[in-house]
Amino acid sequence: MKPPKFSYHAPLLLDEVVQLLVRYQGNARLLAGGQSLVPMLNFRLLSPQALIDLRKLPGLSDITLAQDTLCIGAMTRQRALEDAPLVAQHLPLLRAALGWVGHLPTRSRGTIGGSLAHADPSAELPMSLLALDGEVVAHGPTGQRRIAAVDLFQSLFSTALQPDEVLCQIRIPVMRPGAGWAVEEYSRRRGDFAIVAVAVVLEGKSVQCSKARIAVAGVGGCALRLPSVEQYLQQHGLSEPALAQAAQLAAAAVQPLSDPVASADYRRHLTGSLLQRALQQAVQRMVQH
Amino acid sequence: MSHSMHDTMNDAASSPHDELLDNANQLVEISLTVNGRAVSGHCEPRKLLVDFLREDLALTGTHAGCEHGLCGACTIHIDGQAARSCTTLAVQVDGSRITTIEGLADKDNRLHPLQQAFHEHHALQCGFCTPGMLMTALDFLDSVPDPDEAQIRDAMSAVICRCTGYQGIVAAVTAVAQQMSNDRRNTR
Repeated sequence: MKPPKFSYHAPLLLDEVVQLLVRYQGNARLLAGGQSLVPMLNFRLLSPQALIDLRKLPGLSDITLAQDTLCIGAMTRQRALEDAPLVAQHLPLLRAALGWVGHLPTRSRGTIGGSLAHADPSAELPMSLLALDGEVVAHGPTGQRRIAAVDLFQSLFSTALQPDEVLCQIRIPVMRPGAGWAVEEYSRRRGDFAIVAVAVVLEGKSVQCSKARIAVAGVGGCALRLPSVEQYLQQHGLSEPALAQAAQLAAAAVQPLSDPVASADYRRHLTGSLLQRALQQAVQRMVQH
Repeated sequence: MSHSMHDTMNDAASSPHDELLDNANQLVEISLTVNGRAVSGHCEPRKLLVDFLREDLALTGTHAGCEHGLCGACTIHIDGQAARSCTTLAVQVDGSRITTIEGLADKDNRLHPLQQAFHEHHALQCGFCTPGMLMTALDFLDSVPDPDEAQIRDAMSAVICRCTGYQGIVAAVTAVAQQMSNDRRNTR
């Protein structure tokens, strides 16, 4: 099918975007790369009164390093991120996760900000932002505020962004050089949304674990961290039995729903086995340094 | 939800003091370069790029398949990068450089080496996915020099073919990758 009619705006300033959002009172949608929004319009799952296209806003595709934080403009294409030397150097986890996002032709257009604001429960970028402990900058009528990843994703396709706010920047602390990390995912076909995906960051020495961050996608309304499993690793270390136990804890901790793609039991099983694999890989990467 | 939303929409649309809020019937003007030729036109903002190419520019080589970005038949190049024209609005590519399947053969209508390889390796049967396959493979070969078979299969999984079983497609892309690699070596 084709999109329903909508009014179209392509403002030049963030404040104009906010003014339009206010005037449309929740009936306008922001258009970034369109890789999720345009299919939803084609299927008429959405009939917004207006689209506000962000493509003309200056400076929203920049990637800069400010002290220990990588600042990424919300309109940065996923493919540009994948190719960016700063990302390869400082956020290898993000780069690996991008390889799982759709296919090259969808990454040419899809943006990081669009994916985060869309908050698909199976998408890799919300999961990665959680694992990397990043935050986003929201621009609204009263100025800008920062929202931590753990507070951003709230439920199915829902974020803490207000109807009159636009996500304009993503801020991610650079990964520590000695940190171990891994991304694992299972889907039936390459490029499909994940049935389950996990992302892991580990810091520590030998089998001691000083910090663990574990994020999972595909097991609920939105991507989530597993603090109880993180604490277990921090307390019990990174021995092989501890990793296996952590994986079992994770499988028990998640509460996925059954759907036509996969049963809740299967998603729970995947969570455990993918996490065990990811933890092993992260430990190996950690030891190499 | 849809009911209350509809009410609000009608209220907003009918409020006389805010004409800004209702320009849904306005046409947008777009100018772009398609296969090296500057073109411009007017269309509704909701017009998909694939439909703009097919209906307004009569470039029907680009095929509309699933219309939600999954099948890849509509793949074209936007500023040199493969992209889905069914999940892109025409207005989004205002000012961009577009290449479609019609832009692959040279001016004497000699097939592009990739098209020739698809022909020789029987990489198509019904041909519906072929424009998307070629535009996808071209971008992939430009971005990944000397790919292995796993990389080729991964890249070509971006387009769905229901006829060939992919064997011929992978063979054709492999052949061109090797040819490009040899060319690079010879010019060094």
